[in-house]
Amino acid sequence: MNRRDLLRASAAAGAAAALPRASFAQPAQNRVLKMVPQANLTSLDPVWTTANITRNHGHMIYDSLYGMDAQFRPQPQMAEGHVVEDDGKSVTITLRQGLKFHDGEPVRAQDAVPSVTRWMKRNPFGQKLDTVVDAIEVVDDRRLRFRLKRPFPLLFKALAQVSNSPAFVMPERLAKTDPFQQVREAIGSGPFKFKADEFNSGSRVVYERFADYVPLPSGTPSLTAGPKVAHFDRVEWHIIVDAATAAAALQTGEIDWYEQPPPEIQELLRRNRGISIEAIDPLPLTGILRFNHLHAPFNDKKMRQAILPAISQEDFMQAIVGTDPATYFTNVGLFTPGTPLANDAGMGPLTGPRSIDRAKAMMREAGYTNQPMRLIGPTDILAPSALTQVAADLVRRLGFNADIVLTDWGTVVQRRTSREPVERGGWSMLLTAFSSFDFADPAAHFPMRGNGAQAWPGWPTVPRLEELRDAWFDAPDLATEQRLAREMQTVAMDELPYVPCGSYLSLTAIKRNLTGRVPGLALFWNMRRT
Amino acid sequence: MFAYVVRRILATIPVMAVVALFVFSLLYVAPGDPAAVIAGDQATPDDVERIRQSLGLDRPYLVRFGAWVFDIMRGDLGVSIFTNLPVVTMIQQRIEPTLSLMVVTLILAVSIAVPMGVVAAWKVGTWMDRAVMGFAVLGFSVPVFVVGYLLAYVFALELDWLPVQGYTPFSQGFVPWFENLILPAIALGSVYIALIARITRATMLEVLQQDYIRTARAKGAGQPSILFLHALKNAAVPIVTVIGIGIALLIGGAVVTESVFAIPGLGRLTVDAILRRDYPVIQGVVLLFSFVYVLVNLVIDLLYTLFDPRIRY
Repeated sequence: MNRRDLLRASAAAGAAAALPRASFAQPAQNRVLKMVPQANLTSLDPVWTTANITRNHGHMIYDSLYGMDAQFRPQPQMAEGHVVEDDGKSVTITLRQGLKFHDGEPVRAQDAVPSVTRWMKRNPFGQKLDTVVDAIEVVDDRRLRFRLKRPFPLLFKALAQVSNSPAFVMPERLAKTDPFQQVREAIGSGPFKFKADEFNSGSRVVYERFADYVPLPSGTPSLTAGPKVAHFDRVEWHIIVDAATAAAALQTGEIDWYEQPPPEIQELLRRNRGISIEAIDPLPLTGILRFNHLHAPFNDKKMRQAILPAISQEDFMQAIVGTDPATYFTNVGLFTPGTPLANDAGMGPLTGPRSIDRAKAMMREAGYTNQPMRLIGPTDILAPSALTQVAADLVRRLGFNADIVLTDWGTVVQRRTSREPVERGGWSMLLTAFSSFDFADPAAHFPMRGNGAQAWPGWPTVPRLEELRDAWFDAPDLATEQRLAREMQTVAMDELPYVPCGSYLSLTAIKRNLTGRVPGLALFWNMRRT
Repeated sequence: MFAYVVRRILATIPVMAVVALFVFSLLYVAPGDPAAVIAGDQATPDDVERIRQSLGLDRPYLVRFGAWVFDIMRGDLGVSIFTNLPVVTMIQQRIEPTLSLMVVTLILAVSIAVPMGVVAAWKVGTWMDRAVMGFAVLGFSVPVFVVGYLLAYVFALELDWLPVQGYTPFSQGFVPWFENLILPAIALGSVYIALIARITRATMLEVLQQDYIRTARAKGAGQPSILFLHALKNAAVPIVTVIGIGIALLIGGAVVTESVFAIPGLGRLTVDAILRRDYPVIQGVVLLFSFVYVLVNLVIDLLYTLFDPRIRY
């Protein structure tokens, strides 16, 4: 015990005399969890924006009809169950009894229907679902019905989706907001309530346990599925942008959890026996090198293929997480390692000995004649910044006539939307990273899309990839999904909408006296202090 | 005097108008698109365009500028693109920590730097003078964030005397408020102390050579009286000028200090807003800072009359 703890303890002892006996069961400070999240929470609407931090905020205060377990199987969450009729073209979902919103109103099918409808307008998986939906109807207060044009085997997977902007249920009055406008309040039916009066974006976000939350009566917490039991009365997110300060705060006990410490800080924190450094998600994130398919030099497939012999996934990964091989994965293809669709089809060009000379020879064969290319990347976000640095070195060693433009992320996000050629401010190559959920299956995996002008920046046109993706949505079983995934990867490694740069674990630093953390995301239910 | 103050306050209006035009134009031509940031990776170009329209970012420059100026004249700085909160509310949330930090830094810096400069001038050429000048060089040379990290390491991590980060509002008690501010104020004040100490020394050296100081000595005035009553008052005008100019330094330094000590102030609000391209917030905060500069200059001008009765407006 140090001086400040002693003073605090003395003060607390004095104050404790005035408290009722029940309060002694668990000291007040033990009922508050303080955490430094990965980023500042700016927007509160997880449908309006796809920011990860807003998704995490969504999991605090909202609930979804279905949750996703760690094996990527959808499980009823707000739903009590469902009935599938009419050869799969009618699906009726029944809500659990006793569900309430934080404003005290009961959760009804009238709330769920506009919530799902609004989500379908913005989320890619939802947009796909929207194409087969004839109508979503309110049957009664507790039942809603999907009337489909044809069976959609992945309906429950869509409703349970974990990647950005899950299908959260909001009160009807909020859910009817234009999907391109933010909702004005943050009211859900999840295990924690948002304290709007204490919200100070850039400093602090506060949640209180929702006393009327009804967790699933049975099951095991697994990702967003299973019972969500809140053991903390209050959860505070403290926005600390400086990594050294956040680490120091964790060491002195001012906070309990630091979600994303950078590698050099992880080394420092490992020396503290009270702190555990562990993977927040057992599944890794994946880095990618994206080409602009509209303009030279990478509008030529041979040029894209030419750089493959020089790509070392190990180099890219070590730049992000350091040299501990337990923290990264190589030989990574289209899908997140460890997920059902991950496979090794078509990976030949990325495995075996790496060779700059062979890449240069292939560039010559492809007809590279010193055309200018531009690599764009950020300096203010760890993984994309590290990936870009490795790529910058690579393009120089390969002898590209390269213009390397490093800016802040906000500028990269705007600049990458430019479809102009390099000489008019466009770009040729960029690098970034995606979460394990984004690359777990084709639904949210937009860098693999080959839909040309409608695709993610880079705009590859690969009709075969689109056909395979469409077929995946109709896949009746996992074996079919896996076969299609192998085919997709084979096509992708030939056409190269992007080059996978390896996968890495996101490590988190958390006090050892916190137990029960649900792996996958920064989730706060089931966690308690021992 | 009253007429002068009114004139000076009215003169802030064209200054603020120029600042407003400059800030708005700069942001208009700066790269970055908040709609693309909001829409995220999965959005189609149509989605981004719809968000841009909903935020009014597709409107022509003059229309946007006109609407903004019209709102400002009604006291409305707009609404944050991201948080949906009024900019005025966001500034209100952040103004207390920044104001507290600046006031504590100012008091700390002046109360340390002025005696240091006076002593250095008095003991010119001695080890005390050299020590003060050495400190001043160090204060100028070591970046604020390095001082901040060192202080946090020693006093928070090792000795555990003070908190590493955060801010406690004054309403929750003076002691916790001050505990949170002492390290950031020292870190931020280090450059300021160096600056004021050097100016004080230089000005005092000049004043101490004046005839009236010799006269005061001849009349038998004690050393403290000579230094602080006769000399310092006459040296005050340049010192006050530097203190005023230094407030600009403080605002700039507060951005770094607030980041290092996780103080939710206006500096961090500005940086966050710039990184996100939250135009209404950037514009509102820059306008506020400009207004503060203008106001500080006015206060400094008025203080001249206090220290030198010969100055009249």
